[in-house]
Amino acid sequence: MWLRNNALVASAGAAAVLVCAAVVLIFFWVPVDADQGFSQKIFYFHVPIALTAYLCFGWGAWKALLHLWKRPPGADLESYVAIHLGVIFGALTLITGSIWARVSWGIWWTWSSRQLVLFLVLFLFYAAYFMLRYSVDPGPARANISAVYALFGVVLIPISFLAIRLAEDFIHPTVFTSRGPQMAGSMFFTFCVSWAAMIALATALYQLELAGKRMDRTLRELREALE
Amino acid sequence: MTYIRDVTALARKDLLLELRARDTLPAMLLFVVAALVVFHFALPGSSSQLASKGLLWVAIIFTALLGLARAFAAEREQGLLDGLVLAPCDRSAIWLGKTFAMLMFLVLAEVVALPLYALFYSGIGWSTIAGVALANLGICAVGTLLAAMAAASRARELMLPLLFLPLAVPIVVGGVGASVVAASGRYLALLAVYDAVFAIISWASFEYVVTE
Amino acid sequence: MTSAEKYVTAAYLVVFAVVLVYVLIMAVKIARLQRELEQLAVLARRRQQEAEAPRRQEAAEVG
Repeated sequence: MWLRNNALVASAGAAAVLVCAAVVLIFFWVPVDADQGFSQKIFYFHVPIALTAYLCFGWGAWKALLHLWKRPPGADLESYVAIHLGVIFGALTLITGSIWARVSWGIWWTWSSRQLVLFLVLFLFYAAYFMLRYSVDPGPARANISAVYALFGVVLIPISFLAIRLAEDFIHPTVFTSRGPQMAGSMFFTFCVSWAAMIALATALYQLELAGKRMDRTLRELREALE
Repeated sequence: MTYIRDVTALARKDLLLELRARDTLPAMLLFVVAALVVFHFALPGSSSQLASKGLLWVAIIFTALLGLARAFAAEREQGLLDGLVLAPCDRSAIWLGKTFAMLMFLVLAEVVALPLYALFYSGIGWSTIAGVALANLGICAVGTLLAAMAAASRARELMLPLLFLPLAVPIVVGGVGASVVAASGRYLALLAVYDAVFAIISWASFEYVVTE
Repeated sequence: MTSAEKYVTAAYLVVFAVVLVYVLIMAVKIARLQRELEQLAVLARRRQQEAEAPRRQEAAEVG
């Protein structure tokens, strides 16, 4: 119960602790990768950010489903904030991924990275979500349409991934070998801490933005009651 | 069985309207021919046959977009969407009827476009035709739902391509793959999966898009 | 610093910067909410005085 009421404080606290712990582990404890060298350390942030973005889109879709199904009053707002956060983390995924590509392979973009291409498609899809939302007047219609679109998005994720994988067969990109993370124990532990840190950070930002928007709404109601 | 009757009635209404107005289909036909001509100039001399196959799919997607933009135009211009929604039929029947009508338009446009493509560029095999057939279903299913969303927005026709193109990526991959790769089975399977999944969720969620 | 170190730092810096920009946007929003809250408090106080004024008048007439 206390956790629910103080979700913002709790998640911000957890984020502070976990992010610091992750950075300490990444830069002071975990050994440098033998193959890729120091640049491999980007991976400890890049992949958790990507996974957290997926979680945000999933959470947004879940809230959207709840909105269409049971109609709790706050669900539309929560769905919107989750997707907003997902887009921010998605943009971060593309940026950190691009930097990683530059340092690993010398180019800023490659079509052979399935993850990056998938995120590009998803980024376009969810960017359109905001265009859609801002072009419909606020009300139950907007909430419904946004919810349906959010559900489409989460269905698109696996199908796009499949499509991108199949596309490689006829697009013939120059294949950059990047061996999957066969991580030593310490690397895996650091990765997990970093992932937990990203989830905590996303939760904290989510609660923060939600609190701000809810206050906005309450103040508007108050104003209408007083004027 | 009233459901099927409703769907047929709605589809027939759209086709009859088009027969009388004759604005969407001629535009689609002209567009696809013009696009195929432009593509000739867009392909530098050393481009392969494969590149032109890819461009065929671009033409199909954008021709479909042109038709879809008009999907709810009549209802919107005359404020009929509310009336349609109040009709005593399942809302999803509206979606299904509209999708069938769009499918007819797209197929008619392709009946012209594909032979023309074979004439201008290179021959078309059975796998390409199968790919086009499967892709049509996905395009019309998703496109009709998105057209309804776009109709509710202030930006109208501008919204539809923005909403549609990211969702069109698997269709293009499946279609081009089926046209270009010898072992086209996987790509046709991808299209079939896309059609099944997105048709179901479009059918189920149309009600929420048009009501409040 | 080697070039690899520079890129790694840049990547982490981008993440840090985005979070800080978020904080900045939140700060601006809270400032705006504060102002609105003040305005509404003024309105509420005025309402309260208007509600008390007729009561005070009645008390004066009776007394």
